[in-house]
Amino acid sequence: MNQPASAYFLSDAKPRPAKATLSITVDNEVGALARVVGLFSGRGYNIESLTVAETDHQKHTSRITIVTSGTVDVIDQIKAQLGRLVPVHRVVDLAVDKPGLEREMALVKIAATGENRAEALRLAEVFRARVIDISPQSFVFELTGTPVKIDAFVEMMIPIGLVELSRTGVVAIGRGAEAT
Amino acid sequence: MSNQLMTGAEIVVKALQDQGVRHIFGYPGGAVLPIYDALFQQYTVEHILVRHEQGAAHAAEGYARSTGKAGVLLVTSGPGATNAVTGLADAMMDSIPLVCITGQVPTHLIGSDAFQECDTVGITRACTKHNFLVKDVDDLARVLHDAFHIATTGRPGPVVVDIPKDVQFRRGAYSGLNNIVHRTYRPRVKGDPARIEQAVELMISARRPVFYTGGGVINAGSRASVLLRELVRLTGFPITSTLMGLGAFPASDRQWLGMLGMHGTYEANLAMNRCDVMINIGARFDDRVTGRLDAFSPGSKKIHVDIDPSSINKTVRVDVPIVGDCAHVLEEMIAVWKAKARKPDEVAMTAWWAQVDAWRARNSLGYRQTGDTIKPQYAVERLYKLTRERKTYITTEVGQHQMWAAQHYRFEEPNRWMTSGGLGTMGYGIPAAVGVQVAHPDALVIDIAGEASVQMTMQELSTAVQYRLPIKIFILNNEYMGMVRQWQQLLHGGRYAHSYSEALPDFVKLAEAYGGKGIRAIRPDELDAKIQEMLDYDGPVIFDCVVDKLENCYPMIPSGAAHDEMILPDAVAGAGVSEAGKMLV
Repeated sequence: MNQPASAYFLSDAKPRPAKATLSITVDNEVGALARVVGLFSGRGYNIESLTVAETDHQKHTSRITIVTSGTVDVIDQIKAQLGRLVPVHRVVDLAVDKPGLEREMALVKIAATGENRAEALRLAEVFRARVIDISPQSFVFELTGTPVKIDAFVEMMIPIGLVELSRTGVVAIGRGAEAT
Repeated sequence: MSNQLMTGAEIVVKALQDQGVRHIFGYPGGAVLPIYDALFQQYTVEHILVRHEQGAAHAAEGYARSTGKAGVLLVTSGPGATNAVTGLADAMMDSIPLVCITGQVPTHLIGSDAFQECDTVGITRACTKHNFLVKDVDDLARVLHDAFHIATTGRPGPVVVDIPKDVQFRRGAYSGLNNIVHRTYRPRVKGDPARIEQAVELMISARRPVFYTGGGVINAGSRASVLLRELVRLTGFPITSTLMGLGAFPASDRQWLGMLGMHGTYEANLAMNRCDVMINIGARFDDRVTGRLDAFSPGSKKIHVDIDPSSINKTVRVDVPIVGDCAHVLEEMIAVWKAKARKPDEVAMTAWWAQVDAWRARNSLGYRQTGDTIKPQYAVERLYKLTRERKTYITTEVGQHQMWAAQHYRFEEPNRWMTSGGLGTMGYGIPAAVGVQVAHPDALVIDIAGEASVQMTMQELSTAVQYRLPIKIFILNNEYMGMVRQWQQLLHGGRYAHSYSEALPDFVKLAEAYGGKGIRAIRPDELDAKIQEMLDYDGPVIFDCVVDKLENCYPMIPSGAAHDEMILPDAVAGAGVSEAGKMLV
């Protein structure tokens, strides 16, 4: 790049992207989620999916699971920045630091009549999706699995009559006997 | 031009030109230098160099409020942006259209704590109507036009466009003004006809009606003020206004009751308390207006016209809500009123006016100019008398002087009164006056100020001198943060903690040091001649008007009290503040 007159070093280097699934334990206090999300937007980090709920009612702690992408350096920086936030207890990358398990749930609405209904049910069985609502013209399937599995199911359902889709985003936990 | 690639900085300047922007207020720095370079090479947009970014924001506010157009400011990253925050918050609270362009560190450095980096969109999220970080130069023109659209339509407000330095250098395509159709942002302008019909029916059936109008009428453009006058005269109802709405209805009119609220007139507040139909046009039931909510106008049916749906039923439940632009709704109300041949009960109206006049006869703004010290009310009244024949714009700081200005300076036209209402920003007045004078070079622009507030942004006098802006800074100098002192007297046993203006500068010498003129008035009998000397001087003036140190601003509704529990000038001070009231500010 032709360097214009600037007091800043301008770089056009293309970063190598990597993925991370961050499991963040936070005190469930007012504004904690806003601090975490604000950190991502303020520093220009990506959020691909985010889930949050209180996991320990006695201690009022919540677990936030964020899937993010960036260079390896950026992901290290994200973890360090998250660790600096006062209400954050712990940050673990379940893709790198620890072997982790990831699951996502989806609710998938299909409009189908005639032969397509049988086809929809057959596919659902293959993917182990459950029917949770049914009408003469439609189904709602509940499906749990990795994001890749849900993508694959949705892909198969498009020609049959996908109407709409709601996904929870990824939740994750470490393998083995120890706590994450 | 549209097919030719331009740098981001050139796109910024081109977008400003296409938006018809003639003046911007700003301060250069590392992260906006490319934009300054582009501004330097053209003559359409004139840049006014302020002395502090807060001044740029208030100047843009003054410019916007006195013209009805968006005010524009340009500041650098980091401290440039954070210094502008107070002005943005002020514009947010008072619904002033601003477009604030901030420089940002290059995109690849965002998040790295680079030199003069801050999370501008994060910091300004809560004090802007909307904000943008532009990471792709091809989005820049669209975002800038969008920013003007969002700032000026619906309920106006400040919009920040944060532009990283590499985006300012990069080349991209310019796109001109298009009719922007948003998928999500579509403010409702026209009121629901059925509700307007219902409102007019209620007005006709009223026996004790009152108009309660606000800044929304000013923001709806000068036509809204014309329509308001027509409707008020058609109905014959009394009218009061908030601090922000002064000037929409002429103060010299018989139907005018004066300002309402904490320091409003007796007749305005009593009319609000006892009315049976309240017609709120573009006001938001602010706590300075309502006083104690459970005692606020207990017996009335309320009509509320507001362009912001979230203002409706926010603190006060209303009977007839109308979401829409004041000008449109007023026009419809007039048409419906005229179409119905019926009039409100004449006997009831006569009795209501007799009651209002009895309250008015109480002369709640009265004061006595006696002795050798100038009463602040007298100073404002003389200033008004000596300037009312001229095209005069008034700005203020925040405090007692602001309330005395609102009470004793009488406004006949909209857009002539610039004050910080919602946020209550001390230091607003001088930079706002700079902005007003830039927009109206031939007008008389006076900042009615206090000696404490004025020192918060005093450096903008240098801006006025540089651009030959003959603003007049009229300081009511009582050597106290007067409103703080008044509250300490009423609420805190007269323990005047840190409200005395210690170590004041000599304002006459200060004016001269800046290259302006300094005038001091001490005695009532010299006041007129000194004011005339100020008006005759073609340049910036600081007028140090030494006034009664312990004068309190009355009438006053103490916090936690109702409209009919006002403290009047001749009542015993200290009475009427409840324990619960002390909790409120």
